[in-house]
Amino acid sequence: MIALLLAQTIAITGGTVYPVSGPKVANATVLIRDGKIVAVGAGVTTPSGAARIDATGKWVTPGLIDGAGQLGLVEIGAVPGTREGFLRGDTIAAAFNVAEGLNPASMLIPVTRIEGVTTALATPLGNLVAGQAVLIDLAGNTIEEMLVKSPVGIVADLSESGKNEAGGSRAGVADRLRRAFRDALLYERRRADFNRAQMPPLPESPPDLEALLPMLHGQEALIANANRRSDIETALRLAREFKLKLVLAGAQEAWQIAAELARADVPVLVEPLDNIPSYDALGVRYENAGLLAKAGVKIALLETDTHNSRNLRQEAGNAVAYGMSWEQALRAVTLSPAEIFGVADRYGSLEAGKVANVVVWSGDPFEFTTGVEHVLIRGKETPLKSRQTELLERYRKLPPNY
Amino acid sequence: MRHALFLLLALTWACAAGSARPARVAGAAPAPAQAPAPAKQASGEASSVDRPQYPSTYQRHTGRPVLIRNATIMTAAGQEIPNGSIVLAAGRIVAVGAKVDAPADAVVVDGTGKYVTPGLIDEHSHLGVYAAPGTDAESDGNEATNPVTAEVWAEHSFWPQDPQIPLAIAGGITTIQALPGSANLIGGRSAILKLIPARTVQEMKFPGARYGLKMACGENPKRVYGQKGGPSTRMGNMAGYRGAYIQAEGYRRKWDKWNKDHQGDPPERNLKLETLAEVLRGGIYVQNHCYRSDEMAQMLDLGREFGFPIRSFHHAVEAYKIRDLLAAAGTGAAVWADWWGFKEEAMDGIKENAALLQQAGVRVNIHSDSPSGIQRLNQEAAKAMYAGIRAGIPVTRDQAIRWVTANPAWAIGLDSLIGTLEPGKVADVVVWSGDPFSVYSRAVQVYNDGWLVYDRNDPAHQPRTDFQLGQTPGPGSDR
Repeated sequence: MIALLLAQTIAITGGTVYPVSGPKVANATVLIRDGKIVAVGAGVTTPSGAARIDATGKWVTPGLIDGAGQLGLVEIGAVPGTREGFLRGDTIAAAFNVAEGLNPASMLIPVTRIEGVTTALATPLGNLVAGQAVLIDLAGNTIEEMLVKSPVGIVADLSESGKNEAGGSRAGVADRLRRAFRDALLYERRRADFNRAQMPPLPESPPDLEALLPMLHGQEALIANANRRSDIETALRLAREFKLKLVLAGAQEAWQIAAELARADVPVLVEPLDNIPSYDALGVRYENAGLLAKAGVKIALLETDTHNSRNLRQEAGNAVAYGMSWEQALRAVTLSPAEIFGVADRYGSLEAGKVANVVVWSGDPFEFTTGVEHVLIRGKETPLKSRQTELLERYRKLPPNY
Repeated sequence: MRHALFLLLALTWACAAGSARPARVAGAAPAPAQAPAPAKQASGEASSVDRPQYPSTYQRHTGRPVLIRNATIMTAAGQEIPNGSIVLAAGRIVAVGAKVDAPADAVVVDGTGKYVTPGLIDEHSHLGVYAAPGTDAESDGNEATNPVTAEVWAEHSFWPQDPQIPLAIAGGITTIQALPGSANLIGGRSAILKLIPARTVQEMKFPGARYGLKMACGENPKRVYGQKGGPSTRMGNMAGYRGAYIQAEGYRRKWDKWNKDHQGDPPERNLKLETLAEVLRGGIYVQNHCYRSDEMAQMLDLGREFGFPIRSFHHAVEAYKIRDLLAAAGTGAAVWADWWGFKEEAMDGIKENAALLQQAGVRVNIHSDSPSGIQRLNQEAAKAMYAGIRAGIPVTRDQAIRWVTANPAWAIGLDSLIGTLEPGKVADVVVWSGDPFSVYSRAVQVYNDGWLVYDRNDPAHQPRTDFQLGQTPGPGSDR
C-alpha cells in the first residue's frame, strides 16, 4: 500500500522554479503526490521511493492556460461534421453548454499538450449569446475527466459579427441583449405564471432564460467579445446596468481606455499578435496587451487558432516584445487566466495544494530555442507523443516505414 | 489574431499563386540574369503584341550611402560575421565584412548588439489583393468564374493603399510575390513586388522580374466548381490542367512560327493561352498551391507531360513525404512552420517539414499566406529550425535565414539580385534589435534598394497608407 502511494509521488528536482505566485526559486524541488502539488521550494526533501525528474538547468512553470479556442470541439476546421462549437438556430443560446460536444480523443489534444499548454477554455461560437464556455485539462479519457470547470461563463458577441443576429445594428445588439437579460429576470420573478401559460411566451426559450440567471446574479461571468472601443464601452454599460461580472475578450481597442478598464476591475482576454485592421477595430495594435498591463488591467493572453494553441508561448513572447514585462506575460498565461476563470484556488501557480499541471522546459518558455522536456497533467507525466510525432518517425527515413 | 471565420475564409479562398511574364520586359532597371531577354520591338508597333506590356515604373530613391557597423551580419551566403559592417550605396551593397571602407558622406548606423540580414521575401502573399479592412469590396484575389483564368493578373487587383503593407514592411519584408487565390485550377499571374509605399502597383513592380503562374491542387478548386460545372474531383482537376496546356501547345506553335517568319497577319491574341504558352516556353514560373504529397507527384508528372518544371509547391505540408522526389525534380517547397488541420489536406503537417526538406537538399522557404504571418517570417523560420534541431535534424542558422531570403529569391527567379548580403546585390537590408531568431527581436530598420522605408525609432520613417489617415488613433492617444 505504501509502495503504491509512493509510486504516485513525483519529485521534480534541481530546476529553476517559476511558481508565478511568488519569485523564482533556483535549484528547487516541486513535490507532487496524488495529482497535487505538496511542496515547492529549495529546501524540500525528496521522499525515498519518489519518482524523480531531474530538472537541473531547466525551467519549471505551471502548465500554460489558453483562454480561447475550441480544443476538443473541432477536429478539422473545414469539415462541419467535426465541429461542435456552434449551435444553429438559437440567437440567445445561453443554455448551450459545449461540454458534451467535447471529444477526449481529439488529435489536437496531444499535439497541444506536448508543447506545454495543459489547460484551455473551450468556447462556443456564433449567435448573439453563443453559449457556455468550459475549462478543460488536456488529459482524460472522458468528458468528466477533462472538465476543470463548467460553465466558466456565458459568451456573447458584442463585436461586428454579433450584428447579424440583432437586425444589423450595434444598437440592436445592445438592445437585444438588454431585452434578453430583462426577460430572464422577468421569467425568474414569474416562473409559475409562465409555466401556467398565464404570460405570453418570451422570444427566448425557458432553458436559455434559466441559463442566463447565474450570470445575472453575478455567479458566472459574461465573456463579451468586443473590439471597437465603443463596443467595449457598451459591454461596460451593460455590466453596470445588470451588475454583471464582465470579462472582455478580443478587446482590440481596449488600450484606448486602459485606465478605465483598470478602475472598473474588468479583466481582458487579449491575443497579442493581433493587428490587422478591420472596420470592427481600426485601432488594433500589437501594443494592446502591454498598454493594458501597464495600466494595471488583469490580462490573460490568447492563441485563438485552435490547431496551434501551442503557439500561446509565441504570443506571450511577442507580448513581451511589445511592452509587457516577462513576469507579467508568464502570469498572463498561467495565474491570471486561472483567476479570471475562477479556478485560481486549484490552478495557475506552483503552490502546495494546487493541481499538479507542471511543465519542465529546456529554457525560457517563450523562446523558440526552448523545448518541452516534461509535461505533467494532474500529477501524471504525459508521454511526449502525438499523431505528428508518429508522422515524423514514419517519414524520418525514406522510404517510409509503413 | 486569426478569427476562426476569417481563417476559414482565407483558407478557402486564398492559398495559391502563380504568375507569368511575357517575354517583353520594360522598365529601366537591370534585368536579372534569368529573366527572359527583351524581345525586339517590332518597327511601327503594328499591334498590341509589339508594345511593352504593363511595365514597371519603379524608381530607386536616391540618398546618401549608409554604413551599418558593429553589428552581427547574417549574410545568408554562408557567413555570420560578428562585429561586422555593411555599406550600401546607390541601391547596392558595396561592401560586407569585418572591416570595410565606407564613403566619407555615409550615414553611420551603430549596429552594436544588433543583427543585420537581407530583406525578407515572402513567396506567397495576398497583400493588396485581399486587402484590409477585409470587405467584399477589397476581395480581389480569386476570379472564381472559371476554373482556368490564366488571363488574369494579380497586379490588376493589387491595391497599394492596403494598410497591411506597412505592417509587413515593419516586419522586415522587402519583396513579395502577390498571388491570386486558390479557387481556380489556374488562377492567374502573380506579381513580384517591392514592398514600398507607392501610388500605383507599377511603381512597386520589381524591374525585370518574371511572372509566376498560380495553379492550385486539391480541395479548393473542386469545392468551388463542384456545383458549377466542375471539376468536382481530383481527377477532374488533372483533366482541367491538361486540357488547358494542350490548347496552349497549339497556340504556342502558331505564335512561335509567326514570330520566326512574320508571314501574314499575326495570330489573334488569346490572353489565357498567351500566359500558358509562356509557361511552356519557360518564361513564367509555375507556383503551385498543393498540400498533399501524392498530388505533388501528379503535378510533377503534369509538368513532364508538357515540358515545364514546377518552380515551387506552396503550402506543401506533406512535402517531407516526397522530399526525395522534389530534390530530384529541382522543385522548391514553400511551407509554414506549423499550420495544420484546418482542412483535410492539411492534416499531416509536421513542424519538422522544413528541416527534413533542407536535409534532403530541397530549396525550402517559409511563406506566410497571411497578413499576420508575413509580419514575423523570421519567427516562423526560427520555429521550423529549432523544431528540426530538437528532432535531431541538423539545420544551420545560415540555412534557416535562407528560408526567408535567398531561397524565396530563387523561387521567384531573383536570386542573382536579392536574398543575400553580398557586394553587388540590391541593398535590401534589415537591421534587427537582436537575433532575428529570438521571439523578443524586432526589425528596427528596413532598407529597400538602399531607401530607409522603415525605422522603428523615427516616426518620419514609419509609412502609413492613405487608408489609415484620420481614422487610426496614433500611438498613446486617447482620441
